[in-house]
Amino acid sequence: MAQLSKEKFQIIGCENANSDEILRASMTYWQDAWRRLKQNKVATTSLIILVLISLMTVVGQYINGFEFQLTDNNLSNVKPNLTHWFGTDNLGRDIFSRVWAGGRVSIIIGIIGAFIDTVIGSIYGGISGFFGGIVDDIMMRIVEILGSIPYLIVVILVSLIFKKGMIAIIIAMTITGWVGMARLVRGQLLQIKEQEYVLAAAALGANPSRIIARHLLPNTLGIMIVSITFSIPGFIFGEAFLSYLGQGIQSPNTSWGALASAAQPNLMFYPYQLFFPSLFISLTMLSFTLLGDGLRDALDPRLRQ
Amino acid sequence: MANTNEILIEVKNLKKYFQVGKHATLKAVDDVSFFIRKGETLGLVGESGCGKTTCGRTVMGMYSATGGEVIFDGVDVHKLDKKAKKDFARRAQIIFQDPYASLNPRMTVGDIIGEGIDIHNLYTGQKRTNRIYELLQLVGLNKEHGSRFPHEFSGGQRQRIGIARALAIEPEFIVCDEPISALDVSIQAQIVNLLIQLQQELGLTYLFIAHDLSMVKHISDRVGVMYLGAMVELASSHDLYEKPLHPYTQALLSAIPVPDPEVERNKARIKLEGEVPSPINPKPGCRFAPRCAYAKPICSEQTPILKEVEKEHYVACHLF
Amino acid sequence: MEKILEVKDLRVSFHTYAGEVQAVRGISFYLKKGETLAVVGESGCGKTVTSKSLMRLIPEPPGEIKKGSQILFDGRDISLMSERELRELRGSDISMIFQDPMTSLNPTMTIGKQISESLVIHRGMSKTEAMSEAIKMLDLVNIPDADKRAHQYPHEFSGGMRQRAMIAIALACNPKILIADEPTTALDVTIQAQIMELIADLQVKLGTAVILVTHDLGVVADVADRIQVMYAGQIIEHGTIDEIFKSPQHPYTWALLQSVPRLDTKNKGKLYSLKGTPPDLIKPPIGCPFAARCEYCMQICREEMPEVTVISENHEVLCWLKHSMAPKIDIPEALRGDK
Repeated sequence: MAQLSKEKFQIIGCENANSDEILRASMTYWQDAWRRLKQNKVATTSLIILVLISLMTVVGQYINGFEFQLTDNNLSNVKPNLTHWFGTDNLGRDIFSRVWAGGRVSIIIGIIGAFIDTVIGSIYGGISGFFGGIVDDIMMRIVEILGSIPYLIVVILVSLIFKKGMIAIIIAMTITGWVGMARLVRGQLLQIKEQEYVLAAAALGANPSRIIARHLLPNTLGIMIVSITFSIPGFIFGEAFLSYLGQGIQSPNTSWGALASAAQPNLMFYPYQLFFPSLFISLTMLSFTLLGDGLRDALDPRLRQ
Repeated sequence: MANTNEILIEVKNLKKYFQVGKHATLKAVDDVSFFIRKGETLGLVGESGCGKTTCGRTVMGMYSATGGEVIFDGVDVHKLDKKAKKDFARRAQIIFQDPYASLNPRMTVGDIIGEGIDIHNLYTGQKRTNRIYELLQLVGLNKEHGSRFPHEFSGGQRQRIGIARALAIEPEFIVCDEPISALDVSIQAQIVNLLIQLQQELGLTYLFIAHDLSMVKHISDRVGVMYLGAMVELASSHDLYEKPLHPYTQALLSAIPVPDPEVERNKARIKLEGEVPSPINPKPGCRFAPRCAYAKPICSEQTPILKEVEKEHYVACHLF
Repeated sequence: MEKILEVKDLRVSFHTYAGEVQAVRGISFYLKKGETLAVVGESGCGKTVTSKSLMRLIPEPPGEIKKGSQILFDGRDISLMSERELRELRGSDISMIFQDPMTSLNPTMTIGKQISESLVIHRGMSKTEAMSEAIKMLDLVNIPDADKRAHQYPHEFSGGMRQRAMIAIALACNPKILIADEPTTALDVTIQAQIMELIADLQVKLGTAVILVTHDLGVVADVADRIQVMYAGQIIEHGTIDEIFKSPQHPYTWALLQSVPRLDTKNKGKLYSLKGTPPDLIKPPIGCPFAARCEYCMQICREEMPEVTVISENHEVLCWLKHSMAPKIDIPEALRGDK
């Protein structure tokens, strides 16, 4: 213990001590969310898988040199080997290339569909939630009616009107699919609307568009992002299901659903033909769902540490 | 001090009812009248459910009035058109109770304070930044705090940010809606000192709503006591605490904990039996009658009117 | 009076992404049978972490009760107990009531059932026995129509009544210690008075020792036997209630006592207030934690932690002003026998 000298006992007070300073680094909401997401091993793995799959859908079909549409009747139904890594289908087309070409279509449908749904749903739910009262009542009744129309009927009707293909599928799935997002956004808005910071903005004289843009939307973004991530698998599966019914992607284009559908009659003899598209449908859906889970935890302000 | 006699706000027979069910009306504010002079602080006290927060927000125009009027500088607050409402916002502002919910978690502190400036186009560019720094320093924070987010601050600091936000557009009148209730006792003193200092520097008028009687007495010129939507007593700070007339006021004052063990040991506390009844579908007569030690038959039949019993000392009670 | 709880050198830290936050930095105290100990301090001083650590209610990651800490109760060390032992301890030997009665009660269970729960678990009573005991508890906490009320749900109770229900749940098994964590902060002033009186009453009736955690010295003046003042994770002063109120020694205690609003302050005068905020415990200051806000701060205060100065058998303070070489500072005038 050092010698305690008299000077150390002179009173110097605390005027210049900076007692209000904040020692920790500043972190925005997004930085904090990203950090939390990175800590979640499952979510990070899913993200990596998705990035890899997406990359493959871009370049995969060119890797082994077989065009996905090229038929060769001499090579039909070949089991997976070193030349045809996933084997061939009954028209001799290389399944590896077809899987990646098809994957491109499936994932695009998934993302575009989810995006359209989100935009329509958010605007609709936003207006409904913000204005409340009778506007909200009417809009929600419409939503309920739309939501109760059987999915299949809508799809069939739409495909009767439009030519079968990617556009038709997207329209069919989004035409009533936005209902879920609308409800979600409306619910969130109803909650946030009563928060004191929104009241404060109104008291300052903010007009509705300012309140929506600066206060309500940013605090709803988290929920929207999570919702998109969760709905993409639904679209991918929806497309697969529709293709299975023959309503989806038509030849010569292909998608994972179309591949699965075509492979199904051969299941007993050539199971690998069904295996690969199914594997990637499942893996992609699972990854999106797990990523969505991770995102939801990362973006939830209440779980912030 | 602040008796420049000019009345800034006059509240006449204000009523605010909420329909909570088919046959249930919540009479949050039931025929309340008072006025506030320019530069003074009117304290409004009462326990939960007495309607003081609803009253404050109705005075601000945030709720529509079910009956009665609020006249601000000669203008009826509830009959303003859109433009007039925006102008009114520049003259009357509000500070909220919950420091954690009253700041948008996604905006930086600087933007939160600057929002009013942006809405009313008061300053832009460097002038705007300077004004924000000025406001930060006015409430005792640093320039650096402007780029931080609300969650990085303590409750007391957030409350100061809320005050800076309200002051940004230079209002004359501020409704302080329980601004210190959620803070530690030692921080409450900081905020109260700040509010008093700002009042003296900027000539502000306050409606100070709280349930902490000692703080209210300290900051207010006059104090009104509310119970279940009605104003039961209204007097100067000094008179109310020196000579409380209404039985409820007396009970309230005796319940204040005093940080002195001897006083506490010897204190004869007026025990109020029971709980505060619900403000939904209230019975006729004085609202306090069921718990009042001095209740007479007339108390359950006729609602007492707030009348002047001594100079500038009003009571609503059949004992007077 | 024997000591039923003895805490020695308790250190509790939280491991966060930004680093280790040392919430409690080596505190020692005791509790005697039947007495009321008030733990006072601002938010963030560590008082709630301390009280929760006594029952090991802090999730352990990210929290950590550091090795070397001892929480001695009934001859055993709580900091070393297994989950099973802790479950037996909680609710029957030591109970806790919390600040917000709204969120502390299960909205889907009747009040009677919630009280019976601990009786069934700890005393092995049958459901009917437990229910009648629960009704007796509701009576004890002055809830009228107890037998009817026992079958109601929390949302049918008012704030004050919910707090009473919580007290009933906590005291159902007659624990030796009741920890009350800011029990009246969320209540109106008249209800606050009722609740504090109730706790004092029950204490006498049941002989429970109470640890009262609060930031409000006014509430404390009525019920406490001893007070300990915490700041930045340390106990900077402790003593009997008369000693703390009549002859406080630490500048922070002076500040706390002066910040309490009184009915006799000069209208619109300046209230005594401390500048600034408590230090961030992720980087605790080297010397006395209060140095940055203390008007009597000396150079030594910034460099080294003060030693404990014993003023009397129950009264100790952690301050360099008590050192023989420091200038003599008197208790501020405002606090000196103000009659």
